[in-house]
Amino acid sequence: MTTATAPAFPTTWSRPPFIKRAWLRWTLYLGALLYMVLAVGSVEVNWMRVWEGLDRGLRFIQGFLLPDFTSRWEDILIGMEESLTMAVTSTVAGVAISVPIGIGAARNIAPLPVYAVCRAIIALSRSFQEIIIAILFVAMFGFGPFAGFLTLSFATIGFLAKLLAEDIEDIDESQAEAVRATGAGWWQIVTYAIQPQVMPRLIGLSLYRLDINFRESAVIGIVGAGGVGATLNTAMDRYEYDSAAAILILIILIVMAAEYSSGYVRKWLQ
Amino acid sequence: MLRLEGLSKVYGTGDRALTDVSFTVEPGQVVGLIGPSGAGKSTLIRCINRLVEPSAGKISLGDLDITQLSRGGLRQARRRIGMIFQEYALVERLTVMENVLSGRLGYVGFWRSFFRKFPPESVENAYRLLDRVGLSAHVNKRADALSGGQRQRVGIARALEQDPDLLLIDEPTASLDPKTSRQIMRLIIEICDERGLPAIINIHDVALAQQFVQRIIGLQGGKVVFDGSPDELDADVLTRIYGEEDWSATIRKVDEDAEGTEDSAEEIAAALDRERLAGLT
Repeated sequence: MTTATAPAFPTTWSRPPFIKRAWLRWTLYLGALLYMVLAVGSVEVNWMRVWEGLDRGLRFIQGFLLPDFTSRWEDILIGMEESLTMAVTSTVAGVAISVPIGIGAARNIAPLPVYAVCRAIIALSRSFQEIIIAILFVAMFGFGPFAGFLTLSFATIGFLAKLLAEDIEDIDESQAEAVRATGAGWWQIVTYAIQPQVMPRLIGLSLYRLDINFRESAVIGIVGAGGVGATLNTAMDRYEYDSAAAILILIILIVMAAEYSSGYVRKWLQ
Repeated sequence: MLRLEGLSKVYGTGDRALTDVSFTVEPGQVVGLIGPSGAGKSTLIRCINRLVEPSAGKISLGDLDITQLSRGGLRQARRRIGMIFQEYALVERLTVMENVLSGRLGYVGFWRSFFRKFPPESVENAYRLLDRVGLSAHVNKRADALSGGQRQRVGIARALEQDPDLLLIDEPTASLDPKTSRQIMRLIIEICDERGLPAIINIHDVALAQQFVQRIIGLQGGKVVFDGSPDELDADVLTRIYGEEDWSATIRKVDEDAEGTEDSAEEIAAALDRERLAGLT
């Protein structure tokens, strides 16, 4: 202990491995590798079909190079109009329903039973992909945009209520405490301490959901829930790749426009 | 008058924050509450308006037993207790005026507050208070556009807008520079004097407490270990509150100070600032 020589410190250091036991670490690595090799081996590729498909793919790309906006313009216009209507109405309805559910699903302001119910609604809405819900609603309410509207509204709840609830749980608690200390009631605390803190994010998320809903409206059209997806599906079925390309290009343009404008609005809100 | 009797708080985690705390605050008296971090200062003042639910004991404000109140009764009692916070706790995205008017939330209904339709006398009072704390020019600014000192003034105006019978003040100067700290403390003391308001001020800075308050309560491990005038604070008492340390530079020289309180206030402030810079407080 009292020797005059300085203790010898090591000159190398390496980060301790995430899994400490070496044999377990190597077993896991080898196991993962083996599984991957087997999994890749089990995929059957029909090379004949790939060859035939190449030809079709080529025509598709050609269609894209020469998109045809004119010959199906009427159908495209109706489809787009339906899709946009579906996107806007379902976002408005979805947000209107999501806000109370989101508030109820925030553990820091909602009592436990309300919290449990609201979280259950969110989980239910999130557990199914839009297409599955769309198939269900098409079966219940028939083909057309109404089924699409219901699908997208329902999907919006799971998305928006969950993110809103999480945002409310992340608020600066001291601001809420200060408002509570003045003798404010529960609703006053929500409107004076919580709403100002979460509003910019709520608006940002709603705009984001609007363009998700527009994109989804194109997808659920394929299972019969109206919108431009139905038009796209028809064009594909008829091998009219040039019209299909026109539709895809329009979708891209609209999503881009939504992206830029929502970015601008969000910046302005802060 | 505020009276605490046998107040105790045990958190759900089993931590004993307060043990059998009893004292009385007379009308118009400003009490400084000192003690190390974790001594229970914040818990104590939050128990008084039941932002933290006390485990045992009795708190009476005038004739009202706060610990026995129902939810509605508690809201009414909270209206009478103004609170000022460490990091100001202003609602940052609301305007200065909305923050001050939120002091009236306990008195107006939900829809009136939602549409910001406060009674004319409340609005008038808010303007008067903002003028009193020197913020007339910032009425429509957002709270997060103000400096620290200005924000704390808004916090003070919000508490006063409640027209309270008691002020609870939690570390009002903890995030402010030494000069602003003194200005804020002076403002709080002046306002308490003007209105004969009793107040409890949690404070970390012993020298600042000595300079401004009439009575000091020392808390250690959730128990009251000192209750007396600022002049009685000596090395022994500070050791009892905070533990062993060299206190010689922290303690105000009582005899020197008694002679020249009025004319040497600037000097004292400067000396205190030096102490703070030296890291002794």
